[in-house]
Amino acid sequence: MMADLAVQDLAVQGAQMLLVLLLAPALTGFVRKIKARLQRRQGPTLLQPYRDLIRLSRKDVVLAENASWLFRTIPYLIFAATWVAAALVPTFRTGLLFSWSADLIALIALLGSARFFLALAGLDVGTSFGGIGASREVMIASLAEPAMIMTVFTLALIAGSTQLSTMAEFMASPAVGLRVSLALGLFSLIMVAIAENGRIPVDNPATHLELTMVHEAMVLEYSGRHLALIELSSSLKLLLYVSIIACLFAPWAIAPAGASLPALAVGVVAYIVKVAVLGALLAVFETSIAKMRVFRVPEFLGAALMLGLLATLLRFVSGSF
Amino acid sequence: MLTVVLACAAILLALAPAAVTLARSPAATRLIYGACLIVSAVSLAAALTHLLGGAPPAAVTLPLGLPWLGAHLRIDALSAFFLAVVDLGAFAASLFALGYGEHEAAPERVLPFYPAFLAAMTLVVLADDAFTFLVSWEFMSLSSWALVMSHHRVPDNVRAGYIYLLMASFGTLALLLAFGLLAGPDGLYTFAEMRAAHPSATLGALVLILALIGAGSKAGLVPLHVWLPLAHPAAPSHVSALMSGVMTKVAVYGLVRIVFDLAGPPAWWWSIVVLALAGITTVMGVLYALMQHDLKRLLAYHTVENIGIICIGLGLALAFEAHGMRFAAALAFTAALLHVFNHSLFKSLLFFGAGAVLTATGERDMDHLGGLIHRMPQTAFVFLIGCAAISALPPLNGFVSEWLTFQAILLSPQLPSWGLKLLVPAVGALLALSAALAAACFVKAYGVTFLGRPRRPAATAAAETDRFSLAAMGLLAALCLMVGVLPGFFINALAPVSDLLVGGHMPAQTGAEWLALVPVAESRSSYDGLLVFLFMTLSAALAAFAIHRLASDRLRRAPAWDCGYPDPNPATQYTAMSFAQPIRRVFGTVVFRAREHGDMPPPGATRPARLSVEIHDLIWETIYAPIAAGIGNAADRLNRLQFLTIRQFLTLVFCTLVILLLVLAVWS
Repeated sequence: MMADLAVQDLAVQGAQMLLVLLLAPALTGFVRKIKARLQRRQGPTLLQPYRDLIRLSRKDVVLAENASWLFRTIPYLIFAATWVAAALVPTFRTGLLFSWSADLIALIALLGSARFFLALAGLDVGTSFGGIGASREVMIASLAEPAMIMTVFTLALIAGSTQLSTMAEFMASPAVGLRVSLALGLFSLIMVAIAENGRIPVDNPATHLELTMVHEAMVLEYSGRHLALIELSSSLKLLLYVSIIACLFAPWAIAPAGASLPALAVGVVAYIVKVAVLGALLAVFETSIAKMRVFRVPEFLGAALMLGLLATLLRFVSGSF
Repeated sequence: MLTVVLACAAILLALAPAAVTLARSPAATRLIYGACLIVSAVSLAAALTHLLGGAPPAAVTLPLGLPWLGAHLRIDALSAFFLAVVDLGAFAASLFALGYGEHEAAPERVLPFYPAFLAAMTLVVLADDAFTFLVSWEFMSLSSWALVMSHHRVPDNVRAGYIYLLMASFGTLALLLAFGLLAGPDGLYTFAEMRAAHPSATLGALVLILALIGAGSKAGLVPLHVWLPLAHPAAPSHVSALMSGVMTKVAVYGLVRIVFDLAGPPAWWWSIVVLALAGITTVMGVLYALMQHDLKRLLAYHTVENIGIICIGLGLALAFEAHGMRFAAALAFTAALLHVFNHSLFKSLLFFGAGAVLTATGERDMDHLGGLIHRMPQTAFVFLIGCAAISALPPLNGFVSEWLTFQAILLSPQLPSWGLKLLVPAVGALLALSAALAAACFVKAYGVTFLGRPRRPAATAAAETDRFSLAAMGLLAALCLMVGVLPGFFINALAPVSDLLVGGHMPAQTGAEWLALVPVAESRSSYDGLLVFLFMTLSAALAAFAIHRLASDRLRRAPAWDCGYPDPNPATQYTAMSFAQPIRRVFGTVVFRAREHGDMPPPGATRPARLSVEIHDLIWETIYAPIAAGIGNAADRLNRLQFLTIRQFLTLVFCTLVILLLVLAVWS
């Protein structure tokens, strides 16, 4: 029985790693599709991101003449950090085999590692576009990361844990109730997620050659398989944030540890529905709002930070908020 | 073990005069640093044996110093831990200096003071009475001052040395008063007597403030940090590493010894003072660092930041201890100690890297460097590890101690006092902010120095540094990774220290599966550096293998794309100043009153357009500049006294005498 459970745990963990990897491009494609339909365009199919990735990975890498070894290593590092982080967020089942190896704070730090290296890649070739992207990315991160940590504090104090599996289980239990701090935390988390994934109104994922671009400016010199990995990592990162929001604020139908196969199937279907709903909401939000000037972003993220801090303060002052 | 350590200190002291006589001979550098290397290795082994073997405290009284007191020396778990930090730093610095010291233009100005500095730091952590402590402390200040002044022809260094000397004397004065209060009217100068004498609440509070001023000025707490970013970079790089990585830790030792050990049980509000200072120090340190373009000065400002992080842990430990929460106090205290160790590793590593760059290019200004990753690949690799470690990125060591500090913060809603309930979340936000800003700052430091294209010919002509320097940096980088991946062993080693000072320790950390770190309970929080490291390595390897095998592994070189507008001039790259511009605009407009002045000539004019940035160091301008101006003013006025006639002098003396007698009469 114990061995069975161990095998199931391992299988679920493996399935989760594959699931996030396979689902990530679909989410990106889905958001693009909905945005296109909202703009009365046909839009590419859901499969287009997969085709792009395959096409890119088959092409030659065209490397800038003075790119260093670090520039060639970084796509793999970013992919590894993001994939490991995404594999540790409960999607369709809590109690993942390795979820204890990194709690939510460590997950954020893993994403921080990925960003650190991406910003370095922006500086490696020594072009002005890389520099502009890297310097703005770290400016955005310097506010987004503390806002995220404050949200984590709030949630951790409510759930009594920073362990995502435990937090998801607690959020699914009736003990949660409606709380002011939860609402503040959710707002803060959504704002951070938008900024971290470079979505409108903070950055525009669909443009090149615009002076306000951030993420695309950093990866401008990448091509071929390196670019494919970076694109996949940013899809994974979007899915990761959507998964975090889903497992903490919409933990319905998520299967508990040791659940039976039908329960797992329900969990998978529920997860895909949640991702689709959140993706559609993101598309609607992005279509209905204009991009901000870069120096409006600190105000936007400052608000997220203040909301997070306020929520944490409420939790420190009284357990009932 | 104490005998071995003392013998090591005595050898170091003897090396100093030997160096004076030897300094001009060509083999002196190798000889002195080699001897320091061996001695510090022996002393390190002794300190680790004491710490890990759980030996009882050992004490010895030498017939030195005040005749009725003698020199009391003692090694307990706390001294042993800090001694290990000192010796490890000394070992690495001596190894680095075996290569780096060869480039020293005036070795006779460095060699005699270097072993003396090491001996002084050893003696400070071993001292067991106030007199020995203060003498060693002052000896440490003076020997490091001499090292700061070793390149005395540079005007900036002279100013740095002057300010350092002033601040060091001021700090020692505060410590002297603190010990005076602890010793009481009976003059109980040994630490054992002070410990037994439980000072009153008011006295304890005064001691806390004085210790924060005295030890805090040496450690670099804002606003007493002003000397640090001037003095640390002025010294030769291996000494900068020792001052930043190790001497600031000796100052933390002084603070811990006085506040946790000698000043009696803490009042609840002590932690508020410490936490508020620490929070400000953390963020101000990193913001100052972001504004720098001198690599060594940037690193020195990061020392200020990291001292803030350490003090956040200490402040939390004080808060928990005052409210009788032993377990949480142990967690916060262990986090602080682990960060002491971690910071000594990566800060030494980074200063060595800066030293290697300085030797190779003669430049400390990042805006003149660039592209060194091609010319100094090994230095670039270890420096990158140092940058990632100090930016608190998993799976390296800086993250572990910051993670533990966050876990301690998450235990603090149980604290009953309102002041702390409001302050601790704010400090948590400041800590998170400083971690993110530190990552930004090290992207800048690494990106501008090592990546991109060379900006000056010196950077183009750079060559890889020598093997001793590389060995020292490699050793520290390996330790950074080891502490990050296997933190449990290092945390367990800190248990006796935490037992001694906060009366409890964290549960043993090596029992969980895969050596995971579980500070409270597994359902609450856990982190496993080993697994994260393994997973990342495996995923990266798997991705590389799969893509190279299944898709494509071809590669060709071409000119940079840069959106179709590549410019061969390296001046078009981002520099340290331009990289920090967005952050300067967000934070600096308030904190530094930063202003940008653009001068755009009208069409047709031939003069170039100019952009200048105005930054104010408000702490210097509002606190230190008025004091300096006041002293200067007073000195000017008193100067007149020098030119009095004999009659006026006699009148002055007479009046003074009358006034003093009157005061005496009124007094009694």
